[in-house]
Amino acid sequence: MGWVWKSLNSSIGKKLVMAITGICLILFLVIHLINNLTLYAGPDLFNTVVKNLDSIKPLIRVVEIILALIFILHIINGVRLWIENKKARPVKYTVNGSSKNTTVFSRTAFITGSIIFIFLVVHLNTFWVSFNLGHPLAESHRYYDILVEAFQSPIYSGLYVVAMLLLGFHLNHGFQSAFQTFGWNHKKYFPLIEKIGTIYAVIMTIGFASIPIYFLFFFGGK
Amino acid sequence: MIKLDAKVPAGKLEEKWTNHKFNMKLVNPANKRKYDVIVVGTGLAGASAAASLGELGYNVKAFTFHDSARRAHSISAQGGINAAKNYQNDGDSVYRLFYDTIKGGDFRAREANVYRLAEVSNNIIDQCVAQGVPFAREYGGLLDNRSFGGALVSRTFYARGQTGQQLLLGAYTAMNRQVKTGKVKLYTRREMLDVVVVDGIAKGIVVRNLITGEIEKYSAHAVILATGGYMNAYFLSTNAMNCNTTAIWRAHKRGAALANPCYTQIHPTCLPVHGENQSKLTLMSESLRNDGRIWVSKLKNDMRKPNDIPEEERDYYLERKYPTYGNLSPRDISSRAAKEAFDDGRGAQGQEAVYLDFKDAINRLGQHVIEERYGNLFEIYETITGDNPYKSPMKIYPAPHYAMGGLWVDYNLQSTIPGLFVAGEANFSDHGANRLGASALMQGLADGYFVIPYTIGNYLAGDKPTLVKTDHPEFNKVQKEVEDMTTKLLSIKGKRTVDDIHKQLGRIMWNKVGMGRNEKGLKEAMVEIKALREEFWKDVNVVGNSKDVNQCLERGARVADYLELGELMALDALTRNESCGGHFREEYQTPEGEALRNDEDYTFVSAWEFKDVGKWELNKEPLEFTSVKLATRSYK
Amino acid sequence: MEHKKINLTLKIWRQHGPKTPGSFVEYKVAVSPDSSFLEMLDDINNDLEKKNLEPIAFESDCREGICGTCGLVINGQPHGPIPRIATCQLHMRNFKEGDTIYIEPFRAKAFPIIKDLMTDRSAMDRIMEAGGFISVNTGSVPDGNAIPIAKEIASEAMDAAACIGCGACVAACKNASAMLFVSAKVSQFALLPQGQPERYQRVEAMVKVMDEYGFGSCSNTYACEAECPKGISVKNIARMNREYFMAKIK
Repeated sequence: MGWVWKSLNSSIGKKLVMAITGICLILFLVIHLINNLTLYAGPDLFNTVVKNLDSIKPLIRVVEIILALIFILHIINGVRLWIENKKARPVKYTVNGSSKNTTVFSRTAFITGSIIFIFLVVHLNTFWVSFNLGHPLAESHRYYDILVEAFQSPIYSGLYVVAMLLLGFHLNHGFQSAFQTFGWNHKKYFPLIEKIGTIYAVIMTIGFASIPIYFLFFFGGK
Repeated sequence: MIKLDAKVPAGKLEEKWTNHKFNMKLVNPANKRKYDVIVVGTGLAGASAAASLGELGYNVKAFTFHDSARRAHSISAQGGINAAKNYQNDGDSVYRLFYDTIKGGDFRAREANVYRLAEVSNNIIDQCVAQGVPFAREYGGLLDNRSFGGALVSRTFYARGQTGQQLLLGAYTAMNRQVKTGKVKLYTRREMLDVVVVDGIAKGIVVRNLITGEIEKYSAHAVILATGGYMNAYFLSTNAMNCNTTAIWRAHKRGAALANPCYTQIHPTCLPVHGENQSKLTLMSESLRNDGRIWVSKLKNDMRKPNDIPEEERDYYLERKYPTYGNLSPRDISSRAAKEAFDDGRGAQGQEAVYLDFKDAINRLGQHVIEERYGNLFEIYETITGDNPYKSPMKIYPAPHYAMGGLWVDYNLQSTIPGLFVAGEANFSDHGANRLGASALMQGLADGYFVIPYTIGNYLAGDKPTLVKTDHPEFNKVQKEVEDMTTKLLSIKGKRTVDDIHKQLGRIMWNKVGMGRNEKGLKEAMVEIKALREEFWKDVNVVGNSKDVNQCLERGARVADYLELGELMALDALTRNESCGGHFREEYQTPEGEALRNDEDYTFVSAWEFKDVGKWELNKEPLEFTSVKLATRSYK
Repeated sequence: MEHKKINLTLKIWRQHGPKTPGSFVEYKVAVSPDSSFLEMLDDINNDLEKKNLEPIAFESDCREGICGTCGLVINGQPHGPIPRIATCQLHMRNFKEGDTIYIEPFRAKAFPIIKDLMTDRSAMDRIMEAGGFISVNTGSVPDGNAIPIAKEIASEAMDAAACIGCGACVAACKNASAMLFVSAKVSQFALLPQGQPERYQRVEAMVKVMDEYGFGSCSNTYACEAECPKGISVKNIARMNREYFMAKIK
C-alpha cells in the first residue's frame, strides 16, 4: 500500500485529501444545520432530537471519532500545505498583486480556515463539552436552555456570526475547489457547480448565523 | 580559391535523393555511440537534427544561448508549413511544390536541393502529426490547408497563427525525449563564439557560458550549425532580439564560404515603425493576405483617414498589377510594390505604410469567420497599435525578415570546411533569391529530420574522422583568440553604446542595401560600414566584465560581426549586376519596374571566401537547370 | 505620429547575483506612449551604458509574445496589468502620467534569480524532459491523415498547446505552483489519440519532477489563468488531476 501513501503525499494527492475531507465536512454541515434549525420549533423538538441522539451514544461516538479524524486530516493537511506553499516562494513580492487576479474567497482560504478552527475549539467547548460532560442542564435534557444561555451573550453571539461569515467565505471557495481538484471542471457544468457552491455557502452562513441573532434579538421572553 | 563541389548525385532529378540515400555509407548501429556530434542552435533545424541523431544512437551535444531549447525564433513563425500532400485535390504534387519553390526563388537555387525539399515535405507533416502537433483540422477530422503567397494550390498546414511554435515544440519534445535517454546532452545559455578547425577539418567549438562568463571548449567528430539568419544586421527586423550571425560568421572566418549574402527577404506585412526607440518589427502573418486587400490612396500626400477615402479613390495596386496572384503575390514583389507606393508619395496618411483592409472579407463572410481565422493576429495588432482592425484597415509595411543567403553547403549540407554541416536558415541552400511563405519551416525540418541524419552518417562512415581532445593546441589557440576579443571589446571604453552603433548600421543597411539597391548606394554603404566598423573598435563602450552575466558584451560581440557581414552583403549586392528575388538592383528592371534577371551572366551562386576583414574572394558555383526552363517570373 | 511623452517613476529590482541581496533602484523616465515596456527598459539601459554603468539585466527575445523569454512582475502582476499578453507586448499607453511602477523578477524557489530581473526557469524544462513528449522516432510514423481527430478535440488540444512556457503562472500563484504549465502539456497529449499510449506514465513522471523542484501545490485561486498571456484554462489542471488519479489506480 506504499503507493497510496506516496500518491497522497504528492502535490496533487495532498489536494485530493483536502477535497475529500472538505466534501465530507460540507455534508456534515448540512446535517448539523438541519439539526440546528429544529431550534426554531421550540425547546421540545430540539431537546427530543438531542435526547434521541443521546440514546444511541455508542454509534454517535463512532461517528464523532470519524468526524474528528476528518477535521484533523483537513486541518493538518491544510497547515502542511500552507507551510510548504510558503516555502515555494521564500522571497515575497514587494507589491502584492493578488487582489487583481484572485477572489477574496480563494486567497484567504487559509486565514478563514484558521479562524474557523479557533471558533471550532470555542464552539466545542461551549456546546459539545456542555452537552456531554455533565452540565446540569444537560443532565435534565434541557439542551435548549444551554443554547439560550450561551447566545444571550452579545460577545459570544457576535463572534459566532463573524465566524459563520468567514465559514461562508471558506465554503464558497472550498465547494467549487473540491470539484476542480477531483477533475470535474467542464465548461458545461462547472459554472453551475460554482453557483451551487455559492448558494450553499450563503445558506450555511445565514442558517447558522440566524440562530444567535434570533436568540439575541428576537427571543425576548424566556 | 576554394573548390566548390556541390556533390549533386547523378541521375534523373526525381531519383537523385533516393539513389543518394542508397549510395551513402552507413554507420554500423553498434558504432554510432562512438561518434559525438555537436549541434549548435535548437530551433527547428537544430532540435530536429539533435533529436533524430540521438534516436539513431549518436552522442549529441546540443547548444543554445537561450535559457531553454524552446525559445528559438522558429517559434515566431505564424502562418504555416508547406507540403505536397495534395489533400485538397487541387492539383498539387512534389513536382509542383518543387517548381513553385524554385520559381519563387527566381531560379537562383540548386535544383536538386529544392526537389529533395519538396520530396521530403510530406514526411514532415506525418512526423509532426505523430508528435502531437495540433494542426488545424476540418470537421471530418482530417487536416486543413490554406493558401500562401506564390502558389495557386492550398498546401499550407497550420496550427492557428502559431505554426512555428507548435512545430518547434514538437521538435523540442522529440529532443527532450533524447535528453531523458542521455543521448542528447543539452547545454543552455552557451553562445558559440568560434569553430575549431584542425588540419582543415571541423573538430569542435568554443562557447561562452553566458552565466559564468567562462570560455568553454567542446570537441566532436562533426559539427552542425543551425543558428538561424542574420537579418538583425538591419537592426530593425522581424527577427528576435538575440538572433545573430556570430556562429556562421566566425565559421566563415575560419574558412566556410558564405553564399549569396545579398539575398535578403523583406516581408511585406509587418507593422510600421512607431518611433526612434523601436527595438524590433512585428510581423503580421502573410496568411492575412488570403482575405485582406492591400491598397493606398490614388492621390499623393493623402492625409485622410482610411475610412474617409471613397472606394474609387483607392488603388488596390497588387490586384491591379498582378491580377492572377493579386494580394497573394510573392513576398519580394509585394514588398517592392509597397515601397513603390510610398516612394510615390502615396503612403498611408503620409507614413511608411500601406493599408491591409478586411472590410470586404467581413462583409462577404461575416466578422465571426474573420475572427475565427485571424482573431489572434487582430488582437496582436490592436495590442501594439491601439487601433481596431475590424473597424479600420491595418497599416502595414515591409520589414527585413529572412536571410536566404547563408553558409555555402553542398548537397549533403556540408560547408566548405569538412565536418562542418549547416542546417536551416543558416545555410543558403533551398530558397534561391526569394523564399516563399511557409517554406522556412519546411526547410528547417527537412534538413534536421530527413537530410542531415543521413548525410552525417555518410561523412562519419566515409571520412572516418577522429576525435580531437579539447586540450589540443588548436583548441587552446582558438580559446585564446576568443578571450582576447572579449578583453579587447571590454577595454575600448569609448563614448558610443553598442545599440547606438547597431542602429546606425541598420539605417545604412536599410537605406542602401534594402529593398532597392543601386551601384552608387552600395558603394557608399561599403565605405560607411567600414568607417563605422573602425569607429566601433575605437569608440564603443562595452560595459561590465567578462566573468559574469553581461548582456552588453553579448550584444557587442554580435554587432562586431554584423559590421563585417554588412560590408559583404553590400559587396555581394554590388557584384550581382541583375535583379532577382529579394535582390533588386534599380539599374536592372523592366520598363514596368519588374526585376530583370540576367541568366546569361549570373546563373551562379556567389560563395565568398574570407581573406581578411573587409577582403573576400568570390567563388562561383554555376547553377544548372535540367528539369525546369528558366523563365521570367510572372505573377500577372 | 509620436505622441506626447509620459513621465514615470520606475522602481526596478537590482540584484547582482543569486547570492547577493537585492534592492529597488529608482529611475525617472519620460517615455512615448507608443513605446513598448521593454523598449523603455532598452532606453534606460542605453542611458546607463552611456554613463558606463551596468545595464539592467532582463531577458526578452521574440518581442511578439510567443517565445516566453520575457517575464517581469509589474506592480505585482506577471506581465503587467493588461490580460492575455506577455511583457514584451505591453505598451506604455496603458500607463498614466506620474505613475510609479514597481518592476520585480519572477519570484519562486524553483526560479532562482540569476541577476537583476533574470531568473533561471530551467526547472520547467526538466519537467518536460521527464515525460512531456510522444515517443516516436523520426520516420516511423503513419500518414498525417491516418487518424482523423475531431475538430473540437484538435482545437482543445491546441488551446492547451498554446502555452509559451514563460512561467507567469508560477510567478502569479501565491504558492508558486507550476500546475498550469504542467497540466497544459499533460492535457494536450491526453486529448490527442497520439498521446494515449504513454498517457498515464507521462502525468506521473511530470508531476514527480514538478514536486521535486519545490513548486507549491495548487490551491485553486486561479491566479495562473488570470495572468497567463495565452489564457490557458485551469480546466487543464482539473484534467491533470483526473489523469493523475487514473494513473495511480490503474
